[in-house]
Amino acid sequence: MTFPDLTRRAALLLGGLAVLLGTAFEVHARTNIVNVSYDPTREFYREYNAAFAAHWKKETGETVTFEQSHGGSGKQARAVIDGLQADVLTLALAGDIDEVAHSGLLPKDWQTRLPDNSSPYTSTIVLLVRKGNPKAIKDWSDLAKPGIQVITPNPKTSGGARWNYLAAYAYALENNGNDDAKAREFVGQIYKNVPVLDTGARGSTTTFVQRGIGDVFISWENEAFLAQKEFPGQFEIVVPSISILAEPPVTVVDKNADRKGTRKVAEAYLDYLYSPEGQRLAAKHYYRPRHPEHAAKEDAERFVNVKLFTIDDTFGGWVKAQPEHFGDGGVFDQIYAPGR
Amino acid sequence: MSTSSLSSFLPRPAPSVLPGWGLTMGLTLTWLSLIILIPLAGVFIKSAGLGWDAFWTLATDPRTVAALKLSFGTALIAAGVNVVFGFLAAWVLVRYDFPGKRLFDAAIDLPFALPTAVAGLAFTALYAPNGWLGSWLVPLGLKVAYTPLGIVVALIFIGLPFVVRSVQPVLADFDKELEEASATLGATRLQTVAKIILPAILPSLLTGFALAFARGVGEYGSIIFIAGNIPYVSEIAPLLIVIRLEEFNYAGATAIAAIMLVISFALLLLINVLQAWNHRRTGISG
Repeated sequence: MTFPDLTRRAALLLGGLAVLLGTAFEVHARTNIVNVSYDPTREFYREYNAAFAAHWKKETGETVTFEQSHGGSGKQARAVIDGLQADVLTLALAGDIDEVAHSGLLPKDWQTRLPDNSSPYTSTIVLLVRKGNPKAIKDWSDLAKPGIQVITPNPKTSGGARWNYLAAYAYALENNGNDDAKAREFVGQIYKNVPVLDTGARGSTTTFVQRGIGDVFISWENEAFLAQKEFPGQFEIVVPSISILAEPPVTVVDKNADRKGTRKVAEAYLDYLYSPEGQRLAAKHYYRPRHPEHAAKEDAERFVNVKLFTIDDTFGGWVKAQPEHFGDGGVFDQIYAPGR
Repeated sequence: MSTSSLSSFLPRPAPSVLPGWGLTMGLTLTWLSLIILIPLAGVFIKSAGLGWDAFWTLATDPRTVAALKLSFGTALIAAGVNVVFGFLAAWVLVRYDFPGKRLFDAAIDLPFALPTAVAGLAFTALYAPNGWLGSWLVPLGLKVAYTPLGIVVALIFIGLPFVVRSVQPVLADFDKELEEASATLGATRLQTVAKIILPAILPSLLTGFALAFARGVGEYGSIIFIAGNIPYVSEIAPLLIVIRLEEFNYAGATAIAAIMLVISFALLLLINVLQAWNHRRTGISG
C-alpha cells in the first residue's frame, strides 16, 4: 500500500464518520442560543433563560438551551468580531455593538429594530458611600472636592464605566450653562481624586468594598443594589440630582443566527424581554424596566425618580461620544495629560 | 561555537557526525516557527498597518514612554532583588539539611503554578491600608499597594523561582574540593565566595536574572490588581495595550507590543553577550 493510497483511505473514512456524526446530531437537534453578555447580567439571564425556555416549550413544544458568556463589554464585542458564535448580544453600551456591526455581522441600523433603542431594561449611575455617609456626599459636585477619594474604573477599559464618566459630564454641562471647557475641568477634578483606576467594574467594587479604599464609589444602580444586598448595612446609595439613562442594548447577530438557523428563536428570545415576565425579572435583578407596571411592587419602589439625560440628546449618541471622549487622545486622555 | 553553527547554514550537508541532524533541525525549525516566529511576525505585520509616522508618534508619546519606563524599570529592579535572594535560597537549599527542606523546595515553584491574578489579589489584600501588612506599613508612610512599589513586590514573587531553579543545579554540581583548595591555600571565606564560587555560578545567575526580567516585563494578571493603574504613575505598558484593544485599535495595540519586543530582545541579547564575554574570560559556561 503506497502512502497517498493510505491517506485517501483515511480521508474517506473520516468523511464517512463526519457524515454519520452529522446525521446523528441532526436527529437530536435542538436550538442552542449563545448569549454573549457583560458582567453584571449573570444572575438576571440565568433566571430569564429558564423563564424563556419554559415559555418557548409551551408555545412551540421545542426545546431551547442556552450558553451564557459574561465578561467586560468591550472584550465580549471583540470576541464576537474575532469569531465567537454569538446568536444574541446583550452588552453594556451601544458603542460596543456598533463595533460588531462595523465588522459586518449585523446591519448598522441594528438599534432601530427593537423598541426603546433596543434596550428593554435600563439603569442609571448612582453614588455608593460608606455607612452613615461620613463625608456627607450628596451630589456630583462633592466628588470634585479636594480630599475626597473617588473609586471608578478606567472608562477606557470598562465600557460600563463610560456611563459613569458621562453622567458626571452631563451634570457639569447642566450646571455650567453647557460650557464644555468647564465640564471638562470638573470631570478632570473628579478623576484626579481617583486613587485606584481599576480595569473593570468588578475590580473597582473589590477595591471599594474589600480593600476599604475611597469615600465614594461611582456605580451602576443595579450593581449598587447588588453590593448592598451582598454587604447589608455597610453602604448607602446616594442618588445624585442628575444622572444619565444607561441603556444596555440587545440585538440578534444576523450572520451567526442565519447560518445556524436560530434567528426565529433568537428574535423571540429578545422580544420576550419586553413581555411582562421579562420586565418583571429585569426589575427583580435591579434593572429599571421600560414598563414599570409589570414590575413587582417592592421592586418598582426601589427606583428613585431622578432627572436622567440620554446619551443621544446630550452627547449625540455613541457614534459621536465614543471617539470624542474615549478615543485615543480624546477628552479622557487629556485629563491625564501631564502639567494639567 | 559560532563558526561551526555558521558553517552549518552553508550548502554542504550536515557537518555533524551524529545521525538525525536534518530531521531534528527541520522539526525544531518548524516547531519554533509555529509557536514563536509566526505569532511574533504577526505582531510586526499588524503594527505595520499603523504607518511609520503614527508608529513614531505612539512610541514617543509621553504616556507610552512613562508606561515602558515603569514596566522595564520595575522588572529590572525585581529581577535584581531576585538575584540576591534567589541565590540565598538556592544556597540554603543546596548546602544545608534541615527539617521541612523538601516542602520548602517545593514551595519555590508555587509562583509558577499559581494563577498570577490570585497572587495579585493576595498581595493587594495584604498590603492594602486595611490589610495585615498594610495596616502596619501605611501608618509608617510606606505605601505598597497601588504604587509602583507594589508592582515590584508582585514581580519579585513572580520571578523568584526562575533564579532559584537556574542557580540550584549549578551550585549542586559545584566541586567542593575547589573551595577546600581555596581554604587550604589561605583564602578567607569572603575571598572564596567572591573568587571561587561567584564566578562559577555567575552565568546561571545571569540566566535566572534574564528569565525573571523577561517574565516581569510581560506580566499583566497580578499587576493590574496591585498597581492602581494611574496614568503616568502606575500604568504598565501591557495595560496600555489592553486600552488600545478596548478602543478596537489593533494596530496601536500591536505597535506597543512590538516596541516592548524590540526592547526586550535588545536587553536579552545584551545579557547573552555578557554571558559569552564571561565565558571567554573565565572559561565557565552557563
